[in-house]
Amino acid sequence: MTNLMEIAFFAAGAVAVIATVLAITRLVAVHALLYLIVSLLAVAVVFFTMGAPLVAALEVIIYAGAIVVLFVFVVMMLNLGAQAHEIERKWLAGRAWIGPVILSALLLAEVIYLIVRAPASATISSISTPKQIGLALYGPYLLGVELASMLLLGALVGACHLGRASKSRREARQ
Amino acid sequence: MTSIPMADGLILGGILFALGLVGLLLRRNLLLVLVSIEIMLNGAGVAFVAAGSRWGQADGQVMFLFILAAAAAEVSVGLALLLTYFHRRQTLDADSVNEMRG
Repeated sequence: MTNLMEIAFFAAGAVAVIATVLAITRLVAVHALLYLIVSLLAVAVVFFTMGAPLVAALEVIIYAGAIVVLFVFVVMMLNLGAQAHEIERKWLAGRAWIGPVILSALLLAEVIYLIVRAPASATISSISTPKQIGLALYGPYLLGVELASMLLLGALVGACHLGRASKSRREARQ
Repeated sequence: MTSIPMADGLILGGILFALGLVGLLLRRNLLLVLVSIEIMLNGAGVAFVAAGSRWGQADGQVMFLFILAAAAAEVSVGLALLLTYFHRRQTLDADSVNEMRG
């Protein structure tokens, strides 16, 4: 059983990394979004194997289910042409990717070195139930929940305002 | 019971964060820049959950819920701005945004 979970963790982690690499290198936005969905589902499996079933479900429902659907709707509304793909191809084909990759790889190497060098090789061997999370959320973290609700309300009002503004401007132009 | 090394979970989070950073620096399409920010937030969430599960506390997962709320807020405002910009200029090229004047 233990072995199986470890294999599932490493397989899902590999799928997540490969899908993310493909997502950030696709020219067409829809292809990138579909690979992003694969990456998010793989991360959900990783969460499940790490003993966080509630978070795994929320990853599927909110990230893959709500946020990516929002992106897909925007792609459908925008109708990007071949010109946009041409710009992306020009950037990806040239030398532009060398700098970002080297800098990010250096930072990642430092982080991995620090993590590996840490003395205690601890293992994850606990499962948090939704009850524990709910008690923590509405106990010590109550203020954070209130602040998150204010943040979401502000985002709602902001998105609504921006959407209305662009709509009225379009109507004025016509 | 599972027995996954915590270091592997943290390293996976770090790899996802670094890949998101590469995408953020590399892409010129504003939509894919937002996607890269999502990948970075997701990587940070993996690290939080791994560290929280290590000590058997729910705190890491609570933090992931807050990251989720921040990501949802950021994406809704970001996509609304992106739609407004596209309706003005008919392009999503990040290099053309420097022409904006108020």
